[in-house]
This record gives sequence, C-alpha cells and structure tokens, in this order.
Amino acid sequence: MRKEHEEFVDSFEGQLPPSIIAEIKDTCPASVTKEQLKEIVELTLGLYKHCRVNAGECVGLVSAESIGEPGTQMTLNTFHFAGVSEMNVTTGLPRIIEIFDAQKEIKTPMMEIYMKPSHNDLEKVKKFAIKIKEVVFGDFGAEYVLNIFEQSMTIKLNKALLSERGLSSKDLAAAVKVKSKGFNMEVGNDFLTFVHKGKPEEIRQLYDLREKMRPVKIDGLKGITQVLPVKRGDEYIILTLGTNLEAIFEYPEVDISRTMSNDIHEVYNVLGIEAARQAVINEVFKVIESQGLNIDIRHIMLVSDIMCITGAVKGITRYGVVSEKASVLARASFETPIKHLISAALESETDRLTSVVENVMINQPVPLGTGLPGLITKLK
Amino acid sequence: MYRLEAPEIPPGKIMALDIPKHTLVPVHSKVSDNEKEKVLSALQATTTQLPKIYKDDAALVKLAVKAGDIIKIERKSPTAGVSFYYRVVIDG
Repeated sequence: MRKEHEEFVDSFEGQLPPSIIAEIKDTCPASVTKEQLKEIVELTLGLYKHCRVNAGECVGLVSAESIGEPGTQMTLNTFHFAGVSEMNVTTGLPRIIEIFDAQKEIKTPMMEIYMKPSHNDLEKVKKFAIKIKEVVFGDFGAEYVLNIFEQSMTIKLNKALLSERGLSSKDLAAAVKVKSKGFNMEVGNDFLTFVHKGKPEEIRQLYDLREKMRPVKIDGLKGITQVLPVKRGDEYIILTLGTNLEAIFEYPEVDISRTMSNDIHEVYNVLGIEAARQAVINEVFKVIESQGLNIDIRHIMLVSDIMCITGAVKGITRYGVVSEKASVLARASFETPIKHLISAALESETDRLTSVVENVMINQPVPLGTGLPGLITKLK
Repeated sequence: MYRLEAPEIPPGKIMALDIPKHTLVPVHSKVSDNEKEKVLSALQATTTQLPKIYKDDAALVKLAVKAGDIIKIERKSPTAGVSFYYRVVIDG
C-alpha cells in the first residue's frame, strides 16, 4: 500500500480500533485507488459502529449468561501432571470459582519460572530448582532415637541432603535453637541430641519438641514445596507448587519479565492492579480453553475489569464488588438480605433507585435499553 | 507548584524497577495537567467516576504521582489491538 494511502487510513485512528486499521492496511491490494480506499474505510467504519454495543445494553447480564451456561458443563475434576504423581492442579469449575471470588488461599498455588538465556541449560536449571525448594527441619531427620532412661532424643541427620544444600549440623542447630528452649543440645557431625534441662518429666515433651521443630524453614524459598524443571519449546522452565513471586524476583538468574504466578492476590501485590486484571483474564481463559468451551474473551474482560475497578482485587461476592453497590435493595437481593436491610435501617440509608434490581422490586421501568434515556436527559 | 520526586526504592528491592518490564504489566503513563480536561471530556466523566489505582501500586514505581492524577494505560487487547484505559490515583 502506498504511503499516502496508509496515512489516510491512519487518520481514522480514534474512530477505529488499531487492530482493524492494521487489518485494512494488510488486506487492501496495492492497486487500490484513493476513492476505493475511502469507500472501504467508510464502509468499515459504518459496520464497526453498527457492531458496537449500544448505550443501555445490559452487557453484565449478557456476560453472566454467556459464562454461566458453559460453566454448567465444566468438570469438577483436578488433573495430574504427566510424570509427577503428586502435582495436582485445580481446574474446571472449582478454579473458576476461586478466581472470580478472589479467594486469598487458593488450592494449588503455582509458579512458572523462566530463566535468562545465559542460565538455560538443564544442569543449571536443575541446580536452581533444588536451590529454591523449601526444606524444613523435618526433611533432614533420617532417624529419631528416643532414650527413655536418659530422657533424650537423638536425631540422625540425612547426610546426602545436608551436603546437597551445603549445610552442616551446626547450621541446623542454630535454626532450631529458639524452638528447642528448655533443652540442652549436643551437636555431632551427623546427629543432634536433645536432653531436657533440669528434672526430666514426661517423655511426651520430647515428642512435642520434635513436632515443634519439624516445620522450621532451613533453606530455600518460603512456600515452595515442590519444583519441577520441564522443557517448554526450546528452553527449560521450572514449575513450582507454592508461590513466592517477590522472593524469586530477587534472583538474578530469573527472567523477571515472564515469570508468573497463578495467585491473583500475589500478582496484585507484586505487579500491580493492571497485571492482576490481566492475570484474571489469562487464568480464566486457560481453564475455559482446557475444558474445550467457547466463551468470548470480552465477557471475561468485563468481569475482570469490574473486579479491579476499585484499585484492589475484589471478588464477585457479597464482601467484594456487591458490597460496593450504592443501593441497599440491590445488595439485599444478592445474599443475606436481612442483614443488609437491618444495617441500612440503622444507618438510615437512602436508596436512590437508580439501578436495575431495585426498580424490578418496586415494579418500575428499569434503566436499561429504552428505559435508560429518562436518566440521561434532563426532565423539566 | 512543588516538584514531586520519584519515590525512593528501598535497598535490596532492585527488582521493583523491573516490574514495568513484566509481560503482564501494560505501559502506564501520567496524563499531564493540560491533557486532563481533554481526556475527561472525551470520556464524558469526572475524575471521581474513573476506575481507581492506588498511589503505591507496584506498576507506578517509576512515576511520580499524587492523588488526583490520571494514569493512562495502554493495554494490549486481543480484540482491539491496543486499548486505552484511564485510572485516577487515590491515596492508599
């Protein structure tokens, strides 16, 4: 296409979306004349305006139905990662509910860690994966020996794990020092012995000590319980169970620009509200795609825009976006009506009856479609 | 008029500067005071009606913003190519 023609098409920027402008440029043959091009663009513009959502169209309702109907066909299953028996992933309806409710604790928090090109060979990736995996004190205990006469407990340490992490028994002793208050500790080369200070009481206390020390974090990143290096395309990435975006970003080996978490709240805290919005869309779309359903992405975009409109991620629950509604009757019509009505009465709230649900309740025209103009024209 | 300094980044938080490079984060830019009116009249909206963004949002780490500023966001959209979205900064 000639330059002046391109400029002509570009002049419609603002009236046509960039993707359509690019498409006109791509598909028009070079032989097109100025008059023909003008006709093409004007026809496109007419069609585009015709396709746009009209003022007063109830897009939220359309989205709700468009997501809700295919949602009934989703499976309730989780699926397994090929090859790794313990890694389950929440998908299907439970995952959709998790995302749209913006739940703080998700069932299977996961990360995909991308590495910088300089660190992208199998050995380095494997080594890094081992490094970030969280190990707790309990992982090091190979054998527990209780001596009832002396009221002592000896923990034989897993030497292989110690050398893999480059730690010694002294490091472990230092980590559990606070937790083992009230016990004398004897540090050996590959064992730790605990003896009760003062008069020995019950053997139970030694069991309690063991349970107390087990979850103490020794090495790695908090929350990352499993790691799995896999090949994706030409490069190796690490899938993890458990997420900790903030900590993983501190490593220089990690490609920050592509590393993702599936925890929406964590994405929000680390990357901001716009990233959280995009993460909601991506995560929902992933589920829908994996289920072989067909939902237009615009519906999901609308829902996720609403979830992120206040600057923080709010779920579609009575504590989230519904609590932001101005109308008492609208809030009451969602869940727990009596609670809302009583608190509204106590605070003497006013309902301006400006939205849909409350007008349905009082049998008045709803401000949608042809019922809307009364709201946007000044009545005298 | 006082000049706003770019927010200070605590030591050890070098990665905060890389946040805007993340693929999930679209380009954020501040709408200048002159253009504010133009944006608002094009949207037929007032500042309070715009979607919000907290002042301490991670994506704003390189911008010096104060409450009331308008942030222009260039989203990559699968349907429109690029779409522009506006948020008003609020105190968090």
